[in-house]
Amino acid sequence: MVIIFYLVAALAILAALNVILQRTPVYSALSLIVVLCALAVVYLLLDAQFMAVIQVIVYAGAIMVLFVLVIMLLNAGREEPVDRSRLARWLGVPLIVALLAEILFVIWRQFPPASTTSAVGVDGGPSAIGHLLFESYVLPFEVTSILILVAVVGAVVLAKKQV
Amino acid sequence: MVPLSHYLALSAILFALGVAGFLIRRNVITIFMCIELMLNAVNLAFIAFARHLGRADGQILVFFVIVVAAAEAAVGLAIIIALYRNHESLSIDDLDSMKL
Amino acid sequence: MATFFDTHFSLLATLVKIPVVLVVLLTVVAYAVWLERKVVARIQSRWGPYLVGPHGLLQPVADGLKIFFKEDFFVAEADRFVYLLAPFLTLSIALLPIAVIPFGESFTFRGHTVNLQIANPDVGLLFIFAVTSLGVYGIVLAGWSSNSKYPLFGGLRSSAQMISYELSLGMAIIGVLMLSGTLSLHGIVDQQRGFWKLDGLPAFLPHWNVFVQPVGFLVYIISAVAETNRLPFDLPEGESEIVAGFHTEYTSFKFASFYIGEYTNMVTVSCLATLLFFGGWLGPSFGPVPVRVLLSVFWFGLKVLSFLFVYIWIRGTIPRFRYDQLMSFGWKFLVPLSLLNILVTGLVVTWQNA
Repeated sequence: MVIIFYLVAALAILAALNVILQRTPVYSALSLIVVLCALAVVYLLLDAQFMAVIQVIVYAGAIMVLFVLVIMLLNAGREEPVDRSRLARWLGVPLIVALLAEILFVIWRQFPPASTTSAVGVDGGPSAIGHLLFESYVLPFEVTSILILVAVVGAVVLAKKQV
Repeated sequence: MVPLSHYLALSAILFALGVAGFLIRRNVITIFMCIELMLNAVNLAFIAFARHLGRADGQILVFFVIVVAAAEAAVGLAIIIALYRNHESLSIDDLDSMKL
Repeated sequence: MATFFDTHFSLLATLVKIPVVLVVLLTVVAYAVWLERKVVARIQSRWGPYLVGPHGLLQPVADGLKIFFKEDFFVAEADRFVYLLAPFLTLSIALLPIAVIPFGESFTFRGHTVNLQIANPDVGLLFIFAVTSLGVYGIVLAGWSSNSKYPLFGGLRSSAQMISYELSLGMAIIGVLMLSGTLSLHGIVDQQRGFWKLDGLPAFLPHWNVFVQPVGFLVYIISAVAETNRLPFDLPEGESEIVAGFHTEYTSFKFASFYIGEYTNMVTVSCLATLLFFGGWLGPSFGPVPVRVLLSVFWFGLKVLSFLFVYIWIRGTIPRFRYDQLMSFGWKFLVPLSLLNILVTGLVVTWQNA
């Protein structure tokens, strides 16, 4: 069990590195799909079975299909132009490393690995999620349905050819 | 048992990678994908905390984040298609018509 | 004597089940091709393969050998990695859902329960949907990486069709889920035991979901045929319409992977239809436990084969949809119909529980 987490985490990090380092957008999209599926496995390890399956169905199976279709339709170039901004590379990377170090430091201070509080465990099955969603969170649920309607109308209007 | 800090560390690393990609890359669609990477890192943190504190509310929040990400991806890609139609280029350096 | 075997029983049982299921599945897929050629030929008043072996039963073997010996080339400007990835992805994703499909009655062996199922997660049904949503990628990537007009169109059409019909596929199942209250496939079949009790009549109608969810069943079958890219929805790979659609530029084993993937999807969908609507492995059962288990597998196989036969029958009979007809049928007819089904089922279930 523990080994699976470290293997999958390593896969997720390698795939994320691939997302940001690949020149061709299609390879970045494929690597992002690998990251999403690896995260779904981590969710399974965290007692979130329903969210793991939703992640694969919605995120990896629908949103990323949209990305891949748009990349194919726009024929997003095989090669990307050379980065024109040296500033981003020489100043940006150390700053990002500093950001990461800060976040890790805060995490290590708050939750030292040898802390005594173990995970309480949670019921992530569909029945528990369903109860919560339709009892405590029913208002945000209905609001998201309107949000999706607005997004659908917006996407159709924005992408339509102006005749 | 994997301690909570390891899950949060994975989330932090993915988030930092997303930020790095967002700032470094020049292709609009790749930048968008790095935004999705950041959202996923946050989702992982939510679910790790949901298990740690024993309340499934973290998972409900992840549900809403995924829904919002879907809506945002649809509208964002529609905007990118409209931009491509007008500028014929997907490089973010070429989309500078609002610069002084 | 009892230690290693008993503590690792579930692992050992799984290791035994995996190759058995894979071998049976691939044989069924190979002979589904034979069955299709024979049945379509008979529908069209001709013989079908009959030279190779009695009644052409060795035809799949001959076909397999032929495909292996074909020249294996790459398209000139194709993106090499994605070109190789697409058939591999299609085949692996097609083989995954079989892992959660139960083939028969579970039995106890030396105190351990053996399910005739490789894995029994609580969200078994959703796992199948997750894997079939990933199946779109194989086709899209195949169409794009071939760097040629016809595959690109085939790939785009197919991905749009698959994601549209995934919606009605998912929503058609919700009626069944409301009735059975669980997402695990084993539980859904268990809920279909017994007979319907109609007043005054002896029990003759099995407690199958198809009798309470006829609309759900119809929507499911139509969406499933569309999901697996079969006639009348096979515009993406339509022979004689768009050359061979998204797998035009593939040969040899890569082409065979697409073929095997398509037939495996058909088998998976047929298995799901029997499990969700026709009571899975339930049927007249008698005798000691090993006989019961074998009988349950037999009933399951019989029902799946009849679904495969209906698939092939539809293929031989009905003409192909035009693309715009296909999309408007999926969005403007099936999605509202399945929503209506959910509404009505929900009302009836709530009224009965009140």
